[in-house]
Amino acid sequence: MYEHDVIVVGGGGAGLRAAIAAQEEGADVAIVSKLHPVRSHTGAAEGGINAALRDGDSWEKHAYDTMKGSDYLGDAPAIETLCQDSPDEVVQLEHWGLAFSRDEDGRMSQRPFGGMSFPRTTYAGAETGHQLLHTMYEQLVKRGIQVYDEWYVSRLAVSDEEDPADRTCHGVVAYDIQSGELSAFRARKGVVLATGGPGQVFDHTTNAVSNTGDGVAMAYRAGVPMEDMEFIQFHPTSLPSTGVLISEGVRGEGGILYNSEGERFMFEYGYASNDGELASRDVVSRAELSEVNAGRGIEDEYVHLDMRHLGEERILDRLENILHLAKDFEGVNGLEEPMPVKPGQHYAMGGIETDENGETCISGLYAAGECACASVHGSNRLGGNALPELIVFGKRAGHHAAGRDLGKAKIQTGKRGEWEVGEVDTPVEPGDVSASGEDVVADGGAAASSSGGSLSPEEYVDRALDAERARVESLLNKEEGVQHAEIRAEVQKSMTRNVNVFREEEGLKQALRDLREAREKYEDVYVADKSRTFNTDLMQTIETRNILDLAEAITLGALARDEFRGAHWRKENQERRDDVWLKHTMLSWNDGRPELWYRPVILEGEEKTYEPKVRSY
Amino acid sequence: MSTQVPEQVEEESSADAEQQSAAQQSRMEKKRQNAAARESQEQAEAEEKASSEEDTYLLKVFRYDPEVAGKQEPRFDDFHVPYHKGMTVLDALMYARDHYDSSLTFRHSCRQAICGSDAMFVNGRQRLSCKTQLSDLEEPVRVEPLPHQEVVKDLVVDMEHFYDQMEAVEPYFQTNDLPEGEQLQSRENREKIKMSTRCIWCGACMSSCNIAAGDNQYLGPAAINKAYRFTMDEREGEEMKQHRLEILEQEHGVWRCQTQFSCTEVCPKDIPLTEHIQELKREAVKNNLKFW
Repeated sequence: MYEHDVIVVGGGGAGLRAAIAAQEEGADVAIVSKLHPVRSHTGAAEGGINAALRDGDSWEKHAYDTMKGSDYLGDAPAIETLCQDSPDEVVQLEHWGLAFSRDEDGRMSQRPFGGMSFPRTTYAGAETGHQLLHTMYEQLVKRGIQVYDEWYVSRLAVSDEEDPADRTCHGVVAYDIQSGELSAFRARKGVVLATGGPGQVFDHTTNAVSNTGDGVAMAYRAGVPMEDMEFIQFHPTSLPSTGVLISEGVRGEGGILYNSEGERFMFEYGYASNDGELASRDVVSRAELSEVNAGRGIEDEYVHLDMRHLGEERILDRLENILHLAKDFEGVNGLEEPMPVKPGQHYAMGGIETDENGETCISGLYAAGECACASVHGSNRLGGNALPELIVFGKRAGHHAAGRDLGKAKIQTGKRGEWEVGEVDTPVEPGDVSASGEDVVADGGAAASSSGGSLSPEEYVDRALDAERARVESLLNKEEGVQHAEIRAEVQKSMTRNVNVFREEEGLKQALRDLREAREKYEDVYVADKSRTFNTDLMQTIETRNILDLAEAITLGALARDEFRGAHWRKENQERRDDVWLKHTMLSWNDGRPELWYRPVILEGEEKTYEPKVRSY
Repeated sequence: MSTQVPEQVEEESSADAEQQSAAQQSRMEKKRQNAAARESQEQAEAEEKASSEEDTYLLKVFRYDPEVAGKQEPRFDDFHVPYHKGMTVLDALMYARDHYDSSLTFRHSCRQAICGSDAMFVNGRQRLSCKTQLSDLEEPVRVEPLPHQEVVKDLVVDMEHFYDQMEAVEPYFQTNDLPEGEQLQSRENREKIKMSTRCIWCGACMSSCNIAAGDNQYLGPAAINKAYRFTMDEREGEEMKQHRLEILEQEHGVWRCQTQFSCTEVCPKDIPLTEHIQELKREAVKNNLKFW
């Protein structure tokens, strides 16, 4: 058994920042990640980091923009924390040497981004995430923080009291991908989940193959609610053939969208008469698909993003990386022709329910970054707000996990405070296929027998290790069955078809039927590769189980929420319904039966209350 | 219980033993059907493949696994992969893994040349497989792990030595003089270090370097480039620059480079590695430091 004060799961932006913060607080901290940290998907972020740094800007303006962008589903304490802390955190990155783009006077450059009332997106070319990831990994090396890289965390060691809010997290179970060694990691003070997004739920995504939502699924099965899972951001400018992201920075610098008629449709058809291409991402994605559906798409599939008029010098200075991506992955020269783009899954606004200190309802369990939901983004994230989220909440979670007192959180977690029961009609039963019992352990669910919270921390960690060993052995010992790749591909296809930008009841129900079928197939899943050495077959089979749980949660939330808010559009109810839906969708894994409930949104900020207004750009 | 379920499904999940077994039976039946459907689909795929040979690519892929009988001796496996426009070497490997042999093992993640996981030796040259179009390659396409590194399994090599070298050059920003707010940096200076910050740690350069192959302690192009990134950064200050040049001037540092340009040729991010190394040599001479 390995032992540390704080275990951080995941080595992207949030995980690195959490580890540095925990060490600053005096903790013995280690990162456990299925990838070497520099391989993390933070590196693919392009556009920038929003921070109110300059005269004429203020954190209050940033907070207002973010609340409006969230379509009034973000929680004010989380949003205000983000906007207050971001400027100092950006200066911290600069002090660590991050190579930001510079103005003539030598200060960090900022540019306009969608939904922002001030050009506050601090950037490093069109490769801000790469610079941020490497800069923070450098700091990790400097501090000598231990990294268990290519160790796959597949289970949390959590006590088993009846109410999840009474439980404690004592560590994790992981296996060394290189050797196959399965081991327990005891965390004396806390575990921080920083495992990123669930992009692999969909087949057209800007996300990496590794973005399988592992942390969210593990926390869910350990008793932490998933929050607002139906809100998935589809980025308006991904390359059609691969899903590779073309930064919002292109539109921020003046790039223009055209349909097949050569019309600047954002204005011509009134999708966003003021901000045009720089409307919020959800607005632009719907506009693009509406154009395609109206027969004004190119090859019936995509639209054009044109940046030629910006001139070679400006493009090379600020968007060079975009030229490489368009050339390498679509065969298009952005200096000479417009780039084909269409909406692609990009980001999950929802995730593991946390408060503004990154803590979940389970004591000692934290989450930060895309896997977490504080909630900063509500129903739609604004471009440039993900990177500050990583550093602001990664730092807070790291500090808190290591023992720093951050004061009492204003956001409540678990079934504490105000909440209400939810209902949704489903065509098939969601959740585990087997009603309960041994199989739940075998596929990564909760332990079958409860100790009522009476075991020692070590015993809980050992028990989790035994359960995980049983699961891995059963996957490896099966000689035949279904392979995970088939199940994964079917889920991705159904989700992209049925739970996309435009959603309707029948499609959502079909997705649930498909998911039920996929869960039944997963009962027969087996791992053909029997080797202990670098067994990616085994890892991906476990990931696919996580994808199933997340896909189902996204679809259940989407079916329940019969309104149009932010990134979530419903054919049957094409308007925002504040009278019923100013609340977060919560989903708890009740021994394999997803339980739906709601918690009201917090619109009361430090000094003012945010009044929901009509959201137009 | 909050999620309401229509009646017929409620029945299926009830505890009644008879119904349970009926549900079980129907599930088994569905499984059999699925299996049959899969089989016919696989057959159809194989037939399709045979009937349109010109639309497939032949990959010859290096295989090795220290604990699997038959793979302990390295060998090459053939995979015929159906081709579509824009298909990369990584796409083809993923297809082969997901449809023919799930034990085929390689690192990959972002699919867009930024995570640096999938540098391989493709048709005799170090390349990132995600950014290499099949259509640019001679057939059959030969895919091997990076040379000069220990093979863990199939196309996966041990990166430990590469990481050790990267970390040997104090690869982090340091200065003795930090202002309260942001530090200023000129646009020119940022431009100067820009290319060097693009490194994605893929290891292609190190694998292509003859010197690194013969001298295990040589820092290698990637680590020297990392040092260049800080040495040339005006924000660190003169004192720190001296310190960095001392590290680079050690016995296994910049002077080992024989300017063969192989690293520069294979770098998937087009970093002028050899130029950076040469410039550091000039800096070292200028600073009149002793060298071996």
